[in-house]
Amino acid sequence: MVLAALLASLALVAGCSGAGALGAEEGVETVTVAIVSNPQMEDAISLSPQFEAENPGIRLRFVSLSENEARAKITASVATGGGEFDIVMISNYETPQWAQNGWLTNLQPYIDATPGYDAADFIPTVRDSLSYQGSMYSVPFYGESSFLMYRKDLFQQAGIQMPAQPTWPQVAEFAARLDQGEGQRRGICLRGKPGWGEVMAPLDTVINTFGGRWFDPEWRAQLTSPEVRQAVQFYVDLVRQHGQPGASQSGFSECATQFGQGQVAMWYDATSAAGTVEDPAESTVAGQIGYAPAPVVATPASGWLYSWSLAIPETSPRKDAAWKFMSWMTNKQYIERAGQEVGWTSVPPGSRQSTYTIPQYQQVSGAYGPLILQGLQRANPQQPTVQPVPYQGVQFVRIPEFQDLGTRVSQQVSAAIAGQITVDEALEQSQNYAETVGESYQR
Amino acid sequence: MAVTTDTASDERTTATDEAQVPRKQRTSGANVWFGVIAWIVGIAFFFPVFWMVLTSFKTEADAYTTTPKIIFEPTLEQYEGVFAAGIGPYLANSVAATVISTILVLLLGVPAAFALSLRPVQKTTDVLFFFISTKMLPVVAAIVPIYVVVNQIGMLDNIWTLIILYTGMNLPIAVWMMRSFFLEVPGELLEQASIDGAPLWRTLREIVLPIISPGIFATALICVIFAWNEFFFAVNLTAANAGTVPVFLVGFITSEGLYWAQLSAAATLAALPVVLAGWVAQNKLVQGLSFGAVK
Repeated sequence: MVLAALLASLALVAGCSGAGALGAEEGVETVTVAIVSNPQMEDAISLSPQFEAENPGIRLRFVSLSENEARAKITASVATGGGEFDIVMISNYETPQWAQNGWLTNLQPYIDATPGYDAADFIPTVRDSLSYQGSMYSVPFYGESSFLMYRKDLFQQAGIQMPAQPTWPQVAEFAARLDQGEGQRRGICLRGKPGWGEVMAPLDTVINTFGGRWFDPEWRAQLTSPEVRQAVQFYVDLVRQHGQPGASQSGFSECATQFGQGQVAMWYDATSAAGTVEDPAESTVAGQIGYAPAPVVATPASGWLYSWSLAIPETSPRKDAAWKFMSWMTNKQYIERAGQEVGWTSVPPGSRQSTYTIPQYQQVSGAYGPLILQGLQRANPQQPTVQPVPYQGVQFVRIPEFQDLGTRVSQQVSAAIAGQITVDEALEQSQNYAETVGESYQR
Repeated sequence: MAVTTDTASDERTTATDEAQVPRKQRTSGANVWFGVIAWIVGIAFFFPVFWMVLTSFKTEADAYTTTPKIIFEPTLEQYEGVFAAGIGPYLANSVAATVISTILVLLLGVPAAFALSLRPVQKTTDVLFFFISTKMLPVVAAIVPIYVVVNQIGMLDNIWTLIILYTGMNLPIAVWMMRSFFLEVPGELLEQASIDGAPLWRTLREIVLPIISPGIFATALICVIFAWNEFFFAVNLTAANAGTVPVFLVGFITSEGLYWAQLSAAATLAALPVVLAGWVAQNKLVQGLSFGAVK
């Protein structure tokens, strides 16, 4: 009896938490948004009640997951037509592939029918990377490239002048000069953690600018070519000789800490790092940081191109309501709103050109803002390296197999950084993986 | 020659020494060592938890210092952030999934364990093997068919899906565990009851259950812990409505920012209900876990 009552009351609780939010109210549509839990996205969630106030017919529900979980979850849901989400946050890696598969709603008609949305204001490279056959299938929330951050004060003390466009050999030389040895301040922080979005992101830009590539136009794997060998050897040597301790386990957060606590003199990573290292609450070196474009060797520019963007799965029955929120979150007014209410250092960068003409934003981001814009504008996913390639993408190869291939190769590189295997051994093994993938495209 | 003599005399001395040490003192010496080892193991297990709680009172900048900080100015800022992120619905889902699945496990598991121990049915060992064999396949290998089935029947993002899965997940362990407790019940007691003409359900309720209640308690607690901590099904099969606390936790991990302190605060809150349940049940639990050991 008691048990039955307990069960019944629990069922009620479960029922409430389960079905209660599905929008029992008349005329209210609930839009479910899957989002990656990065700082600017969390800001958007905190601002979203304003959207609900302006649009009483729409209720928002957010599912905020870390990058890896979000990617797996969203891919499973969209690919199988699971239909849990009306809006998903994906990147320029997924968008054109999924558009081709017919998994995403073509947003161009919505964009064209929304006065004042001004899609022409999106940074052209970002817009193109989110388009398929001339139509946008996702709209950018923010965009990022990669650049080099360095400690101006240390460079001045050492009498080093950072060139307007540094080269990788120069950076290696600076790292050697500023390295104080083990247990003290090191020369540079570079990612070494396994993962195609971890160590492979910066390393791919180095491979590209050394003239290396994943595949030749006939899809023959090129990971043991002299250019790739040279690039990977350079990266591994640099981080092993003058890099941070525990390099094979360092990702963005670890390097942000090392650099923010003054433990390293330089850091090459995503342009979105500027928000973290310039925040005095999180960083002891805020205000002492200089910025330089991504270092090069044989290409004119080498920064990556990445964008977190919003898309509507084809299965969503609430496309109009979904678009209403997406356009609210990616329009010019949102940037103004985020700047005024959350702070100008926290606005989502790298999506719209007009962001860089806002005086308040220029004031706080003067040191790095123009460089982010320049990095994004110069990124070239069609022609990422010197020689022609059959794929698109700067820090990734835009094919479905790359998530797996990139992760396997990254594990090899990470092992080389840890000193468990040599660079040649790592690349021999990586070449095998890449050959398997390449063969499926040769047919 | 001299060496041999020395050794012999040494051995003799040792033997005499040992003989002179009272037996009680030697035991207490061993106890001290066991005590030391127990403390070392205990601290090794407890330290990460302690560090998590400590980190939850730090600012993000303090949490990431290269020389870890033990002395710092404590702040409740991270806990505020966790509550602001809305832990409520996730907690409610976790409680529902955990409690209902555990009740279902006990309702199904107690009769099953009884039938497989005190009233062995035909092919008992085959049945037991079938139960345990369901735990041999890694969950990740089954997730695609499960996802497709759940999607087809329209049960994605529904807390009842998790309740059913958690019941299925815990049932084999519970049956095996409870069976071992049932086997401890002396056969004479049951014979006595059946001679007295007591019906089966009455024997079960009035004689067997009171004896094995610590065992049932221990089983229930294990089920609660497994269901509370389950992440893989939860993250794959839920979205905005049925998410549980572990799913809420990963929302604090970010690839572009600092998050250790806030994640620690969220994890501390997530661990609290289970720690409290374990603490309340401590006596019963120890009794239950050592039930089979002291025959």
